[in-house]
Amino acid sequence: MNSMDVSNLTVRQLSDMMKNKEASSEEIVGAYLEAARGRNENLNALLEISDSALDAARQIDQRLAKGEQLGALAGIPVALKDNICVQGWIATAGSKILENYKASYNATVVERLRDAGAVFIGRANCDEFAMGSSTENSHFGPAKNPWDTSRVPGGSSGGSAAAVAAGFAPAALGSDTGGSIRQPAALCGVTGLKPTYGRVSRYGLIALASSLDQIGPFARTVEDAAMIMSAIEGEDPKDATSSDAYEAYVPELGKSDIVGMKIGVPKEYFVDGMDADVKRVVMDAIKRLEDGGAEIREISLPHTQYALATYYIIQPAEASSNLGRFDGMRYGFSANGSDLVSTYEQTRGEGFGPEVRRRIMLGTYTLSKGYYDAYYRKALKVRALIRKDFDDAFSQVDAIAAPTSPSVAWKIGEKFNDPLAMYLADIYTISANLAGIPAVSMPCGFAHDMPVGLQLMTKHFAEPTLYRLGMHYQAVTDWHTKTP
Amino acid sequence: MALTNEEVLHIAKLARLQIDPEELDTYRDQLVAILGYVAKLQEVDTTGAAEAVRGVFDTNVFRKDEIEGCGPDVRGRIIEAFPRRQGDLLEVQAVFSTEGGSASGGQDRDE
Repeated sequence: MNSMDVSNLTVRQLSDMMKNKEASSEEIVGAYLEAARGRNENLNALLEISDSALDAARQIDQRLAKGEQLGALAGIPVALKDNICVQGWIATAGSKILENYKASYNATVVERLRDAGAVFIGRANCDEFAMGSSTENSHFGPAKNPWDTSRVPGGSSGGSAAAVAAGFAPAALGSDTGGSIRQPAALCGVTGLKPTYGRVSRYGLIALASSLDQIGPFARTVEDAAMIMSAIEGEDPKDATSSDAYEAYVPELGKSDIVGMKIGVPKEYFVDGMDADVKRVVMDAIKRLEDGGAEIREISLPHTQYALATYYIIQPAEASSNLGRFDGMRYGFSANGSDLVSTYEQTRGEGFGPEVRRRIMLGTYTLSKGYYDAYYRKALKVRALIRKDFDDAFSQVDAIAAPTSPSVAWKIGEKFNDPLAMYLADIYTISANLAGIPAVSMPCGFAHDMPVGLQLMTKHFAEPTLYRLGMHYQAVTDWHTKTP
Repeated sequence: MALTNEEVLHIAKLARLQIDPEELDTYRDQLVAILGYVAKLQEVDTTGAAEAVRGVFDTNVFRKDEIEGCGPDVRGRIIEAFPRRQGDLLEVQAVFSTEGGSASGGQDRDE
């Protein structure tokens, strides 16, 4: 079925098409593979397009033909950020040091998606070890924004976002440590959800900063993201921080209105430095929620201005510790030094790119003797204050609305040599990671001809609040249906 | 916030990272800029604030100290990934020198 245009279809629509025998998984997966093979070279969104996807799709078709009851994701193609392990697949995390590393086991999310019948269509490009906001730090070359290939797709899960925006897959998984799902979702005009810390198992995710990392979905709609979440979420004995203390998604949410829901707009998020057109588009989106019956009120998150600094102490500190495992001894790239220490130093010096080395040094410094209290311990205390800001806010409102990114996608190369400018791109997203709360970004219009994202946040484990608001917004607007 | 090239080299040594000499100035300037930015946390009054090591749970999770092991397939794949091996054994370079030289693996652990 070569004529099938899949670029704008949702997981829900594809699932219904299969249920109604209008299309098989083989046809659906084949159509996405064709799109990816045709245009990925230009976008570099996928590092590898799976050559086993069609076989997997045929197997799903056969199981369905036998009358097996599979879930709503059966036969649906999904792209995976290349820091999520699929047994037998290369898993690079965008790094030279893992260029030839084959994962020896499956991530829990991979097991769960496979159990749900999803078909993995390829490995998505990302910033090296998820460090970056533009996917320019990938060892395998930058991914490009499908709306304008001279611009970045955001990052670090830029390949996943670009793959969904370009119609290479209706959904993808990414990971979000400081905005790495939401920001590329905003910059590529798709929906991206960072779940509550602990809602999704991190087992099999190549770690960046373990107290901040969380796997989550990219999709065209909030409903699709919720469907993916239903498959991947839940407690996992292999991740001690995973939890089943959450409200689950129920399809009826899509029919409920948002009358009387209280939405806070933090005054600290609409400050100088924000693109005026982005601000206007986001304010218009908040107005649409108000039109739907939500009550909008200004709130304060007083420690917002310290979130980025807190993050850039805690995250590099955890990263420097997590990345200690890449020493050339057990797997991955290994240099031949004259002795053990020089093997370590050469392996890591040659295997890690500039941004990863920079953050390892930063983290090593802030954790070193004489600096730990001034930097790391201080940051943990400010983190507690940031968390309290959100606790206080959620005693007054159900959700918080904010921009996802202070600007639209920028030109490739524009911020590459100025790490601090790159870090500032995360200013609206990192607080949710520090506080562990869930947040979603969804398309809400355009500025400078590029997509803009509206971010909604809520309290721990209350993702259905985001689903309800998001599904309402996408019922009354059509920004999420736009394609490049 | 000032940082000398020697300090940058010392950090790189602690982190077991080889740094090219021509990269030193760039790393120094970038680290100084970032450390200068994060220093703004010193303004915050954190008297009485707890230390939040994560966003959600403040309780520890315990489990029984039982060995579960892994299947032979996983074991085989892990061994296959070794950069150097002898049979099923992981081959590494000596941690301690045998010729009266200095130990090479355990320096700086306290820093």
